[in-house]
Amino acid sequence: MKRKSIIPGFGISFGITISILSIVVLIPLCSLVVFTSKLSFSEFLYTVTRPRVMSGYYVSISTALVASLINAVMGMILAWILVRYDFPGKRFIDGIIELPFALPTAVAGISLTHMTTTNGWVGKFFYDLFGIRIAYTRLGITVALIFIGIPFVVRSVQPVLEKIDIQYEEAAYIMGADSGTTFRKVIFPELLPALISGFTLAFARCIGEYGSVVFIAGNTPYETEIAPLLIMSELQEFDYSAATSIALVMLAIAFVILSVNALLQASVSRRVNGLA
Amino acid sequence: MKKRLLSVLLTGALAVSSLTACGTAAVSASGASGTSNAEGTEEKPVIELTNVSYDPTRELYAAYNEVFEAYYEENFGQRVEVTQSHGGSGKQALEVANGLEADVVTLALEGDVQVVSDAGLIDAGFTSEFDLDSSPYTSTIVFLVRSGNPKGIYDWSDLIREDVGVITPNPKTSGGAMWNYLAAWYFFEQQGQSEEEILDSIRKLYGNVVVLDSGARGATTSFVENKQGDVLLAWENEAFLSLKEYPGEYEIVVPSVSILCQPTVAVVDEVAEKHGTTDVATEYLRYLYSNEAQDIEAQNFYRPSNTEIYNNYVFTADSNTITEIPEDGRWINDNITLTDINHFGGWQEARAKHFADGAYFDQIYEQ
Repeated sequence: MKRKSIIPGFGISFGITISILSIVVLIPLCSLVVFTSKLSFSEFLYTVTRPRVMSGYYVSISTALVASLINAVMGMILAWILVRYDFPGKRFIDGIIELPFALPTAVAGISLTHMTTTNGWVGKFFYDLFGIRIAYTRLGITVALIFIGIPFVVRSVQPVLEKIDIQYEEAAYIMGADSGTTFRKVIFPELLPALISGFTLAFARCIGEYGSVVFIAGNTPYETEIAPLLIMSELQEFDYSAATSIALVMLAIAFVILSVNALLQASVSRRVNGLA
Repeated sequence: MKKRLLSVLLTGALAVSSLTACGTAAVSASGASGTSNAEGTEEKPVIELTNVSYDPTRELYAAYNEVFEAYYEENFGQRVEVTQSHGGSGKQALEVANGLEADVVTLALEGDVQVVSDAGLIDAGFTSEFDLDSSPYTSTIVFLVRSGNPKGIYDWSDLIREDVGVITPNPKTSGGAMWNYLAAWYFFEQQGQSEEEILDSIRKLYGNVVVLDSGARGATTSFVENKQGDVLLAWENEAFLSLKEYPGEYEIVVPSVSILCQPTVAVVDEVAEKHGTTDVATEYLRYLYSNEAQDIEAQNFYRPSNTEIYNNYVFTADSNTITEIPEDGRWINDNITLTDINHFGGWQEARAKHFADGAYFDQIYEQ
């Protein structure tokens, strides 16, 4: 006997979910595999492990990691300010957070580059005072990725922060905890799952970011050449299978990251909810 | 309950599909009446023509389309409306190959048109379909330097000096930038260097590249807006546009040798046949060779292929530096030795030898 769900329409909505997923996600993914499978395994291995490509992964992953770590810290502070304090222009700032989602990435890249070259007004300051070049270095790539990733963290942490009952903090205070302990032992554990998910989302997004980075990177091979740019150059040569091979590796990396995220999040939230 | 919902959905789906069917029927009916009208009376429908081109031809085709539309209506009694599409040449080629419905393509190099042909959309032999390898206008690679030429850059040999910063796009992501690389190669070859020495010079040149942009427009932005580097390797027409836009800020230096950049035009046979636009499309490209069109091309700083018109734009240069756009419109400095792609054995060979994975261009970056 089939067990009836209390919520009606499971069959239909599940069907819709599956078809949408296949059209939007699975079919493009399959085509990746199909194109890649035109290569033999050794060819595939050669294509994705060339030194140039390896350095591309390294540049992409290291800059994305640094940018996402910075975003995790800064995003949390931003979310904290937006939830806990009232100040004029709060709504405006709250809206601005989403701008990186809406802005075409190329526009972001071009304007960031313009500002951070040794002649741009931000870049000039750093160059004259500290001798630091921002645009056309890995630092520049990181700056672009921070810009792209920040909304992910803020928008993940914000709702959780809003839901944390102020009574917990009051209770901690009454029981003698100072504000530092309260944050570490009471608030932060609650936030951690959201923070991890925000961090991973930003990280996954940054690894694949192309539009803004190509302008600020300088694209020097072995120095500031990101993996997505290598995919573009394979496409330019109309070498679909090489392009999809590199894409497949990137996809695998993203998949691993997202899985680790899911596991981490599950274990953290179990601990927080006292189920462990 | 569930069944009723399903039947409602099904009816809905049926209704929608029959409606769309009616819609298509209505459209095709009106299309048919349009054609029958065209046979009988003077009310002809406007023919729409799509020209997929690359980035720096925007101004050229905006001017040319107007002239062509007037010409075609006058001589063939038929109104034509040309729609333009611009973008990186390689990307545009991919899009047409993947199904963007272009009646004609006017791309930066033969290799890109070849891609569309390889997709089965253009019949083989497209380079002999029109005169002069199907390139009605050409260009070349020149240097754009900052006003007063502070680094004293006069020829390719100056580009490998240690104090010079070069801006040029990556030939692996920008098809047009292959011309830059090949022009440099030809210069060092003319110096009598062996292949190994040439490779070494090229390595030095690209070692001086400050920003290896992914496309030509990006490179111009790096040089002009972000003030990077001392010299931009640019298509002649792009260099003149910068001169026009920022008078007094830049100078063009014409090197002793360079390469003849031949943008290739072709009718996309499959699409044009389907649209019934083969005749218009062919005429559209053929008319690019007319005196009127050649003048427009020259005014947009492309070198016209018609020698008579070409000569109208040539000036006798006493130096290889151009500091402003000449008032009499004579901008072509003829004092330059141009090679062409045939010197490199055609595109296929050039690509395999220089730009394929692991070929020369990749090798110059290996440590």
